[in-house]
Amino acid sequence: MTITKIKLYNYCNAYNHYNQIMSFRLLKDKAYSKLMLVFTSLSVSIVLFIGIGLYCKSLPVLHKSSWGSLLTSSEWKPLKGLFGFFPFIMGTLWVTAISILIALPLCLLTSFYITEYAPNRIRKILVPFVNLLSGIPPVIFGVWGVLFIIPLIQDHIAPHFVEFSTGYSVLAGGIVLAVMIFPLIVSIVCEVLNTIPGELKDASLALGATKWETIRKVSVRKATPGIVAAVVLAISRAFGETIAVLMVCGNNPVVPHSIFDPGYPLPALIANNYGEMMSIPLYDSALMFAALLLFIIILLFNIISRLILARVERKLAV
Amino acid sequence: MTNNPHISIQHLNVFAGDQRILKDISINIPNKKVISIIGPSGCGKTTLLKCFNRLLDDTPDIKVTGKVLVDGENIYDPKAEVTHIRKKMGLLSQRPYPLPMSIYDNVAYGPRIHGTRKKVDLDKIVETQLKATGLWNEVKDRLNAPATRLSIGQQQRLCLARGLAVEPEIILGDESTSALDPVSTSIIEDLFIKLKEQYTIVLVTHILRQARRVSDYIIFVYMGKIIEFGPTEELLLNPQEELTKEYVKGFIS
Ligand SMILES: Nc1ncnc2c1ncn2[C@@H]1O[C@H](COP(=O)(O)OP(=O)(O)O)[C@@H](O)[C@H]1O
Ligand SMILES: [Mg+2]
Repeated sequence: MTITKIKLYNYCNAYNHYNQIMSFRLLKDKAYSKLMLVFTSLSVSIVLFIGIGLYCKSLPVLHKSSWGSLLTSSEWKPLKGLFGFFPFIMGTLWVTAISILIALPLCLLTSFYITEYAPNRIRKILVPFVNLLSGIPPVIFGVWGVLFIIPLIQDHIAPHFVEFSTGYSVLAGGIVLAVMIFPLIVSIVCEVLNTIPGELKDASLALGATKWETIRKVSVRKATPGIVAAVVLAISRAFGETIAVLMVCGNNPVVPHSIFDPGYPLPALIANNYGEMMSIPLYDSALMFAALLLFIIILLFNIISRLILARVERKLAV
Repeated sequence: MTNNPHISIQHLNVFAGDQRILKDISINIPNKKVISIIGPSGCGKTTLLKCFNRLLDDTPDIKVTGKVLVDGENIYDPKAEVTHIRKKMGLLSQRPYPLPMSIYDNVAYGPRIHGTRKKVDLDKIVETQLKATGLWNEVKDRLNAPATRLSIGQQQRLCLARGLAVEPEIILGDESTSALDPVSTSIIEDLFIKLKEQYTIVLVTHILRQARRVSDYIIFVYMGKIIEFGPTEELLLNPQEELTKEYVKGFIS
């Protein structure tokens, strides 16, 4: 080999080596992006599989009655083969709506207090406390509801409005749920409020606005998309909450007409009956249909709220 | 000039924790002039400016002592009403912070808070102030568009119009052109020169050229202390203090 050839050879070798390193790195890059794609599609497909699975299991009851009659009928007589889900759908909606109506104003005021008014040392106690609340298991909230909320409603609240109430009611479910979603909303809203620049608030204060006017007219507006997102998350959570609600709601399959009436939300129906009374024909299929309904409600709710959120953001242009 | 000061600061101290960030500031600010506060960053210019309208009130761990007299009234008097004091001053911050609402509502925000309700009155205020800041022709067809859609330069002029709408006596600017392009900067500077016929203007700036162009007096602050105060040309061309000399020559920055 001549010198030049050796040089050339070495050069080629080095080049190849360089190339190999390069392509290996690129390969790694490709591999990771593929891997991420696989995992992402996995989670999407799990959602899909659950939906399809529930649908297949619901087919027997769907063969017997139409979607329309299942959704709108209030007759729940499993022994006669009558499955009307309307009371359960309404129970779910009532409890969720009550919980949000109670929780939202309290959460907003708490968040404003924590972010805008509380002195540092109080904030340092409050924030971990709120977070602790989210770590308490649902069953403890249920027990608390039975021990304190039920008697409170039965003896002190309901008598002002209705003749008789056992206390087990959609109101009790709503209150317990409100306490449970409280930390979720507060922590998100606080985070959103903390991102509002101090200069923006200063701009309002410098014009002679009070602190409260500034919060109401500037901070809340600026935080609206974040607040909506927090509420959406909280409602999704409230739809699905089972054990605590089941313990205080009364679980009576009738459509509630007032907040003091008992209700029977879908998750409670499933949890109370799954694995029991399975000898009744179509019963397990009906429970699967209940699960499918819950699944669809949450799915639809999330899609709709996403659309609303996009609109809010566009309209406010914050 | 000191016979009838618009703002008179007397023995002002600002503490952050146990650190003193403004040290015994005493100064008289004359009426209807432009005053620039210059000094290296971190020397306390923003803090000093915020003392003028008590914007430090809500900052945790900050304590202010001393007096600030505006029109002879001590604004740090416990009986002084803070919203009333702030209404006397328009603030223009380092970057424009339009309120999250329409162009119209941004200008109408202050007057609405102070009780102007009638649409005709508000319309008039909005038009007047947008004209005063030279924005009217650029935005009159989209007054209901969100303010964030404007360019940065336009946003800053909108913020100025918003401040003027509450009929202040004093305009405070904290490096108000530092985020702007040269064209917008000179528009804002021209506005300051025009506005000093009606307002006392206090500007924080770190651009000596700007201080020279717009201001009548300059305050040089260094490490929380006022080193020198005097008419613009005198202070820039013939500084008395060693520190001022070095800063003006560009040795301290
Ligand atoms: N809220 C605060 N807490 C503690 N220190 C502060 C606070 N605000 C400002 N400072 C300190 O005060 C000094 C002056 O700050 P500032 O007035 O913003 O300076 P400038 O505007 O001249 O750059 C700086 O050293 C800064 O760290
Ligand atoms: Mg500053």
